[in-house]
Amino acid sequence: MIDLSNVSKRFTLHNQGGAEIPVMEGAHLSVAAGECVALTGESGAGKSTLMRMIYGNYLATSGRIKVGDVDVARAAPREIVALRREGLGYVSQFLRVLPRVPTREVVAEPLLTLGVTREAALARAETLLRRLNIPERLWSLSPTTFSGGEQQRVNIARGFAHDYPALLLDEPTASLDAMNRETVLRLIEEAKARGAAIVGIFHDAEARGRVCDREVDVSAFTPKAA
Amino acid sequence: MISPLLNVRSVSKYYGTRIGCENVSFDLYPGEVMGIVGESGSGKSTLLNCLAGHLPPDSGEVFFDTRTNGPRDTLTMSEPERRMLGRTDWAFVHQHARDGLRMGVSAGGNVGERLMAVGARHYGNIRAQAVDWLGRVEIAADRMDDRPDAFSGGMQQRLQIARNLVTGPRLVFMDEPTGGLDVSVQARLLDLLRGLVREMGLSAIIVTHDLAVVRLLADRLMVMKDGHVVEAGLTDQVLDDPQHGYTQLLVSSVLQV
Repeated sequence: MIDLSNVSKRFTLHNQGGAEIPVMEGAHLSVAAGECVALTGESGAGKSTLMRMIYGNYLATSGRIKVGDVDVARAAPREIVALRREGLGYVSQFLRVLPRVPTREVVAEPLLTLGVTREAALARAETLLRRLNIPERLWSLSPTTFSGGEQQRVNIARGFAHDYPALLLDEPTASLDAMNRETVLRLIEEAKARGAAIVGIFHDAEARGRVCDREVDVSAFTPKAA
Repeated sequence: MISPLLNVRSVSKYYGTRIGCENVSFDLYPGEVMGIVGESGSGKSTLLNCLAGHLPPDSGEVFFDTRTNGPRDTLTMSEPERRMLGRTDWAFVHQHARDGLRMGVSAGGNVGERLMAVGARHYGNIRAQAVDWLGRVEIAADRMDDRPDAFSGGMQQRLQIARNLVTGPRLVFMDEPTGGLDVSVQARLLDLLRGLVREMGLSAIIVTHDLAVVRLLADRLMVMKDGHVVEAGLTDQVLDDPQHGYTQLLVSSVLQV
């Protein structure tokens, strides 16, 4: 489902004397449907960079990044937009939303964009918000004023609203209490059971051990200093 | 294979020897929202006005996929044809609402007028549609008979949007649609625009200098400097991993809140 071969990434800082910073070289990764792979490696090794390249947020310098039929490294913007709408979800560490939009709508939005009816989309959003223990009285408020943990849970609810065939998870259990952490792990297990291919970053070793089938140490892709 | 709604080929516009915009080409597909960013003087408004038929470019072609005749070069079509497009399939949202509204006509009249321009004649239907559209842009029905000069800036802008979208256009040009509005009003307007774009499947080209606005509204982004496109791509990719030196400077110059 997700298949990376020979991916490299180099940043060029034009305003700092054209400094070239190679951050990744020869990255390979293959994730089958129903499988969850953890990216490991110390901070700065390139876990997030690799994940952002799969999502198309960072441009790969070279190599191939296949998600389903789309090569994200080469696809036109509208192909990536379509892929993100239907095929590839991403739960980032931070919630980025439009102010004023109620939480329920924030969570339902990915479904509304897909053309799901309002009733069905809101019903799904409410189910997820309830499972993640967001009190009902908050649903009609914008999440911008919520606590960090609440925002994280709203973000997860939004990421799991649609059943994406491929899913990227950046620290989904960070800053959650035991009960909510359990809910998130169950959501991940359910996604695997329905055949989603998942790539995740988990600092929580126990969570990693429970939901991940394999680990890939990204420091193997760190370019050797010349 | 879906064909592009708008196909822009090598559009250039000069002001004497000075470059307005030069050699701009791109395709816009149905349902796509593209942002154009750059500093003042970068040529983004010149380009928008050339595309929308407000300004004749010196060279280039702008093909629009018309409902009845397929792709037509809007720069060579007759003036009445182009004016008809401007009233039906195209809409233009100005930065200053008063440039896009008739200030001496009631709010309802502003919306109804555009319907009448495309042939609507039944007063009851026109009024009903006007009420519906004012509701969609969150203007209370009891303000329908007030003139726009009695409205706040944010309300005027929402009225301008209603006037533009009532005829169900397929392509909307927007020039700094949130410029000059309070931030709280901006957020409301952005939310509204996003909802309308999604529900109506609109294509849009939005010119702005506000990177936060394009991040929220646009799928794709084009960065302009001195009349040239220096970088283009997926909006969040261009903002988070800019490739061109100018874009890197632009992105790193934004104050963090």
